[in-house]
Amino acid sequence: MRKIVSILLLIIVAFGIIRALVEIPFGTLKTEVGRYYIEKGVEETGAVNIVTSVVVNYRAFDTLGEIVVLFIAAIGLGAVLRTGREKKTRDVQPASLILFTGCRFLFPFILILGIYIFIHGHLTPGGGFQGGAIIASGFLLIYLGCKERRISRVASHIAESLGGLVFLGIGLLGLVFGSYFLFNFLPMGTANTLFSAGVIPIIYIAIGFKVGSELAGILDNLIEES
Amino acid sequence: MSFLNSYIYYIGAFGLILIGLYIMLVKHNLIKVIVGLGILDTGVNLFLISVGYITKGTAPIFSKPGIDSQQMVDPVPQALVLTAIVIGVAVLALALSLAIRLYQHYRTLDLREIKEQRW
Repeated sequence: MRKIVSILLLIIVAFGIIRALVEIPFGTLKTEVGRYYIEKGVEETGAVNIVTSVVVNYRAFDTLGEIVVLFIAAIGLGAVLRTGREKKTRDVQPASLILFTGCRFLFPFILILGIYIFIHGHLTPGGGFQGGAIIASGFLLIYLGCKERRISRVASHIAESLGGLVFLGIGLLGLVFGSYFLFNFLPMGTANTLFSAGVIPIIYIAIGFKVGSELAGILDNLIEES
Repeated sequence: MSFLNSYIYYIGAFGLILIGLYIMLVKHNLIKVIVGLGILDTGVNLFLISVGYITKGTAPIFSKPGIDSQQMVDPVPQALVLTAIVIGVAVLALALSLAIRLYQHYRTLDLREIKEQRW
């Protein structure tokens, strides 16, 4: 009964989506604003990666909201999982030598790759979110391979708070030096060099720290407290 | 064939959305419902990216001078999806933590026994 009702519902939904999709041609540019960002993005923001200039400059307020959503999800996870009850100690089998050594060998390189990706977010495909996810994957590797190693919660909280505060502080400085919140008040520099695009690299580094430490904290909560 | 060429991404995204919805509606295991949520999320992301695609398009990055800006794909959906992926991961983690708590309380992941519903 449940299956039949679900399939009927899905057919109705599918019909609606197909009717909508037929009207959307594939492979043509549809938004005026996308064309505007491509034409004017480099001279207005100084970042050669247009996606970055949209995320961190044109729609930086949106990105601030997204980071708040991520933060609230991390808080909710911690609140749900951490009960303060006495945990049962599980007997954990140590990882094999190859896994242990491999983790310890790979971890710094994964961190460096993540940091490279969020520092060069305005030049190459990448940015704070991607770099932060890579850093968190490095911590996941440590959790899987070297079970006795833990990230320090204090350090992770400091990195997280600093990331958020730097983002907000730059936004407020934009209000001081310029005309609106998150105003790009630093000099643009020459495009396609590392020190260009004003506040964009600084904001992306802050986002990278925040996302990386938040996802690592989520992993830490899921592994420790469950 | 040209239909398939021009609509293959839409069909894929659409299929993922429907599969995810079906799993969320039909399955009783909470972990499977969360997996369905993840598949639905992926489908929506793929759909947004494919709406912004241009035939023979390149990434919207002026990495070297002389790149044809007419061939660049739409950056707006990419910027949206970029953050949506990370938010999706966080939401999945939150849902999994709730599943862990439910399992510790009820000792089962079957939604029929958790909600005590019959239909």
